[in-house]
Amino acid sequence: MLKIKEFAADFGWPRIIIFFFLITLFIVAPFVGVSISMSLSDTLNRFGQNAILVLALVPMVQAGCGLNFGLPVGIIAGLLGATIAMQIGLTGWFGFFGAVAICLPIAAVFGWLYGQLLNKVKGEEMTIAMYVGFSLVTFFSILWLLLPYSSPAMVWGYTGKGLRTTITLDNFWGHILNNFLAVRIGENFVFPTGMILFALFCAFLVYLFFRTKTGTAMTAVGSNPDFARAGGVSSDKMRTISVMLSTMLGAVGILVYQQSFGFIQMYQAPLFMAFPAVAALLIGGASVNKASMINVIVGTFLFQGILTMTPSVINSVLQTDMSEVIRIVLSNGMILYALTRKTKVTK
Amino acid sequence: MKKKFDFRRFIADNVVVVIFLILTAIATPISGLSANYILQDIITRIGRNSFLVFSLLLPIMAGMGLNFGMVLGAMAGEIGLIFAVDWNISGVWGLGFSVLVGLPIAIILGWAAGAVLNRAKGREMATGYILGFFMDGVYQFVVLYLMGSLIPMRSLAITLSRGYGIRNTLNLDSVRQSLDNMMMVKLFGLNFPVGTFIIVAILCLFIVWFRKTKLGQDMRAIGQDQLVSNASGIPVETTRIIAIVMSTVLAMIGQVIFLQNMGNMATYNAHRQTGFFAVAAILVGGASVTKATIPNVFVGVVLLHLMYIVMPRAGAELFGSAQIGEYFRDAFSYGAIALALVLHAWRKRRGVEIDRAGLRMNTVDPAAKGGAV
Repeated sequence: MLKIKEFAADFGWPRIIIFFFLITLFIVAPFVGVSISMSLSDTLNRFGQNAILVLALVPMVQAGCGLNFGLPVGIIAGLLGATIAMQIGLTGWFGFFGAVAICLPIAAVFGWLYGQLLNKVKGEEMTIAMYVGFSLVTFFSILWLLLPYSSPAMVWGYTGKGLRTTITLDNFWGHILNNFLAVRIGENFVFPTGMILFALFCAFLVYLFFRTKTGTAMTAVGSNPDFARAGGVSSDKMRTISVMLSTMLGAVGILVYQQSFGFIQMYQAPLFMAFPAVAALLIGGASVNKASMINVIVGTFLFQGILTMTPSVINSVLQTDMSEVIRIVLSNGMILYALTRKTKVTK
Repeated sequence: MKKKFDFRRFIADNVVVVIFLILTAIATPISGLSANYILQDIITRIGRNSFLVFSLLLPIMAGMGLNFGMVLGAMAGEIGLIFAVDWNISGVWGLGFSVLVGLPIAIILGWAAGAVLNRAKGREMATGYILGFFMDGVYQFVVLYLMGSLIPMRSLAITLSRGYGIRNTLNLDSVRQSLDNMMMVKLFGLNFPVGTFIIVAILCLFIVWFRKTKLGQDMRAIGQDQLVSNASGIPVETTRIIAIVMSTVLAMIGQVIFLQNMGNMATYNAHRQTGFFAVAAILVGGASVTKATIPNVFVGVVLLHLMYIVMPRAGAELFGSAQIGEYFRDAFSYGAIALALVLHAWRKRRGVEIDRAGLRMNTVDPAAKGGAV
């Protein structure tokens, strides 16, 4: 009994409640006429869509930079990669991996600059990251209008300049990862093998990275900066690397998200994209200064599962659309819980 | 040499203000708007917004940073207005009634917010920001689902056709500009809402007086150093909660004043931008996370809103697209907040380092400190 209590306190009651809430949703679903196979398929799809964006938060958490509310910095790099790839006319696999290849160096430069800034403001990263992200997104909204894009698939039809608010990927690389080796079982269930594999592959790379010398040093900087400094690790350098890594993963993450979603969302769309990712990571059991691959996978699955299940199930039960309220309260409540939790001394 | 140094210090301390001054100075002539139009708009916006911005002062004084949780107060004010419209109480009385209804809600929400922020010392701003999002969900739940079902509503005109929940936009005709028009004075062809200005002036006097009271002094002491304050017998946690409660109540009144000027209310969106505008205004006015004064509020409201008035037109004239002007002003407002936060954090760190150097050598001129107070 004591052990269960200890486990519950360690894992956190909110997470346990959310976990049982999701299970209840899945149990109730068939009774109110919601197809389990379709829900499961949707959940898996959204899991793959969002997993890398959630993964992108891990390096900065581990290096002690807090939750990366500045994820839009990486997202903007991803948007640049995608639009440039489309502009030079890359399609299919060339298109997707071309976009990845273009966005990575951009993200590295953005991440380096962003990291330099965060190193100057240690201790207040989170609020500043939020506003750095906001200002970059709005600044790039101007550039989307002014940059010399000309591909007719992307610009407004009647003026011939300025990117559209949503750009369809149909003739480029839409669903390319989703459809790769996809397994269809029954009428409604599709397993997006390619995308899930890609997400797991990225997670595996990050996992390996944290096993290397640099990765271990980064974790050391996050857990105890003074100790790390005494051990000859440059805290600023490690933090910069973590921010660069985070930004690059964010860029790749948005590309995977887009190919599954089928559209590129421009302008103000990336403004609030960091918040659901942060909520997912925290639901998975991460804290403000500790996160692992398990947290990413469990968290994304739980969070996206609830986002998929609540609209259909709750609507059938209550005959009203309460899912929006549940989503807001749940995701922000989770972030709030993590921010106000007294951080325990590591055992 | 000395003089030049001072000048550079002044620029460095007020860099956000200087940037905004230059920006608006360039954009205003380009926009081609008449001076009369701009002045009238500025006067209206001072009356409309300054009260909301004032609600940020007390938490800054108490060392809690910018109170992004002020949107909780804005929500309380909106609930008050919903009831005033529902009960059909019009004119200034309707506003007074809204404030009376909003007051207990704002106090409870403020207390809760203060307690939450006490558990998140050192990251109050991020926590307050998320708290605003969280309560937005709760507000939506109450207004969209409980009002009309659990909470009785009398007027069919404001409820959704399904029988419960409040409509997306609430028409505030019954109280529209009742405070502004109470003592409208016409001078030099401009309309001055003297009634609103008097209320803002009373608030200024209140703040000046409050700083000198025991509670106000306690707050300032806590803003300087929590440990020392605690050691000298100031109840730190309670005083911090009181600061947030007062801020929430002021924000509630501020939102009522804001909305009576606007004349209608986007029930579910009106409070979303409140925190952003108030925070941007006070930072553009030259305040920092730890220091804000009454002039900061007015300078900030004037500069920020001048930019909001002229930028779309300037964008239209320069680039042929008002949209660019709008993105431009948003980018600069977000950028101003980011810059002010960065400068503050940077100065604080430099201050700490100079302190350390001072401990070692005891020869550092205190004036060389980063300017963080």
